[in-house]
Amino acid sequence: MSTSSIIGTRIREKRMALGMRQTELASAAEISPSYLNLIEHNRRRIGGRTLLKLAAALEVEPTLLSEGAEATLLLALKGAAGSRKELKAETDRLEEFAGRFPGWAQLVAALHQRVETLERSLQNLTDRMAHDPHLAASLHEVISTVTAIRSAASILADTQEIEPEWQNRFHRNIGEDSRRLAEGAQALVRYLEAGPDSDAEVLSPQDEVQAVLAETSYYLEPIETAGEPKAAVDGTLEKLSAKLESDASRGMLREYLDGYADDVARVPLNDLRGAISTLGIEPDALAQRFGVQLPLIFRRLASLPEDEVGPVGLIVCDSSGTLLQRKEVAGFGAPRVAGACPLWPIFQALRQPSAPLRVHLRQSGRENVTLLAMAAAEPVTQATFDQPALINGYMLLLPVREDASVPTVDVGISCRICPRNACAARREPSIMSEVF
Amino acid sequence: MNKKVLLIEDEPNIIEAVSFILMRDGWEVKTHSNGHDAMDAVRRREADIVILDVMLPGRSGFDILKDIRSDPALGDTPVLMLTARGQDKDREMAERVGANRFMTKPFSNADVLDAVRALVAEHE
Repeated sequence: MSTSSIIGTRIREKRMALGMRQTELASAAEISPSYLNLIEHNRRRIGGRTLLKLAAALEVEPTLLSEGAEATLLLALKGAAGSRKELKAETDRLEEFAGRFPGWAQLVAALHQRVETLERSLQNLTDRMAHDPHLAASLHEVISTVTAIRSAASILADTQEIEPEWQNRFHRNIGEDSRRLAEGAQALVRYLEAGPDSDAEVLSPQDEVQAVLAETSYYLEPIETAGEPKAAVDGTLEKLSAKLESDASRGMLREYLDGYADDVARVPLNDLRGAISTLGIEPDALAQRFGVQLPLIFRRLASLPEDEVGPVGLIVCDSSGTLLQRKEVAGFGAPRVAGACPLWPIFQALRQPSAPLRVHLRQSGRENVTLLAMAAAEPVTQATFDQPALINGYMLLLPVREDASVPTVDVGISCRICPRNACAARREPSIMSEVF
Repeated sequence: MNKKVLLIEDEPNIIEAVSFILMRDGWEVKTHSNGHDAMDAVRRREADIVILDVMLPGRSGFDILKDIRSDPALGDTPVLMLTARGQDKDREMAERVGANRFMTKPFSNADVLDAVRALVAEHE
């Protein structure tokens, strides 16, 4: 990141490029020249109305001044400061720090992110040891066999005048059991050694699948272009699963690909392109055209290449609120699995599955980016008298539109890193509350 | 008449070894190797002591022990529990559901014998 990507510096550069004096810009933005001077030297944090006015006076989009790498950097620095509050990092001078020492700031942010990744890996590893059924079963097998051997061996060693037939039987049992023990021990070693390389991240199966899909940009050409989409699933799975560590993640990927192929079969690529060219990216009109539910259209739009439809994000959750899929777009962040902000419209859609929603979303920490969010829900299992249908929620994220009838909603990412203090939905204190 | 032990365990070679040492010690040994109908075996055998494995196919030893304790005719039968997991959690669980003693695999033959003798003697 270069120094110029900091808001204040950008404002200064823009002003000088226009040949405007500080006093002129300050009066246009209705602030004092000395305050503008502080802003331009990244010593005051700005946002909201001041930013809008400065942008208007400089005749640029407000996002040009604020959006981009530095928003992510500042968020990461705030997170780093919040994680060790006792060190009292000078958070009131965060922007100044990032502006004056961009390299150090990047380093702090990168190290903090690394620590978080490692902590998560450790957690996954601990979970794996504690709850791994394969490991538990293997150990149980080894212990049982050792018990049988120990018992039989001590009978042979300690029993005086043991009848030959008993002696033979216990000899045979020890022979059998020691073979079993050897196999069990080898299997255990193989299993433990088969773990990921010590340097690689220990990812949950879900993370692995997400990472593989993100590499494809969620557009799976072989399935899209196959005459029979289902027939392309096996080949695609084989190609993608080389990067997966576990059977669990391969199973999850297969499930995803099967669903993807079903979607393509119902809304084929070329038909979808044709419909978009006449109807635009209007999920409800597209859903009507194809006679399908909104979530299917959401999924199809999110799988098209970005150069065709622009940035399209998609969040999928189950009815516990656990995120099953996160295709992120700039301006909207999501926690890795659970603990998302309950204000997201996707959760409202779960409560009222028959009433899809459309709102403009502003996420805290990224206030300068507004996105158009559409949320809908659909049953993913057949309802029976014993088990009601399970419902998943879907939220499509598109660039903002000029439409005053769409209400704007402020939401967070996850309570822990959310600065919205007076929030009725808060469930745990924010590590960033002192920062703001 | 010999005292009767009912051994409920699914590992055949453990059954054989434990049966052998108990018989040598003068006990009458009956065995059963799954969890599903273990309660039927407990009722039918009327043993003086039950040796009960925790991990059985079909039904856990803890559940079987709960049934034994809530049966008026069998409720005070001494029970020695065996497990391959030495965790405190299992031990607490065994105590809570009413095991008289808890033994972790791999145990020694002498320990099993001592425990069986002691539990039956305490019970008399």
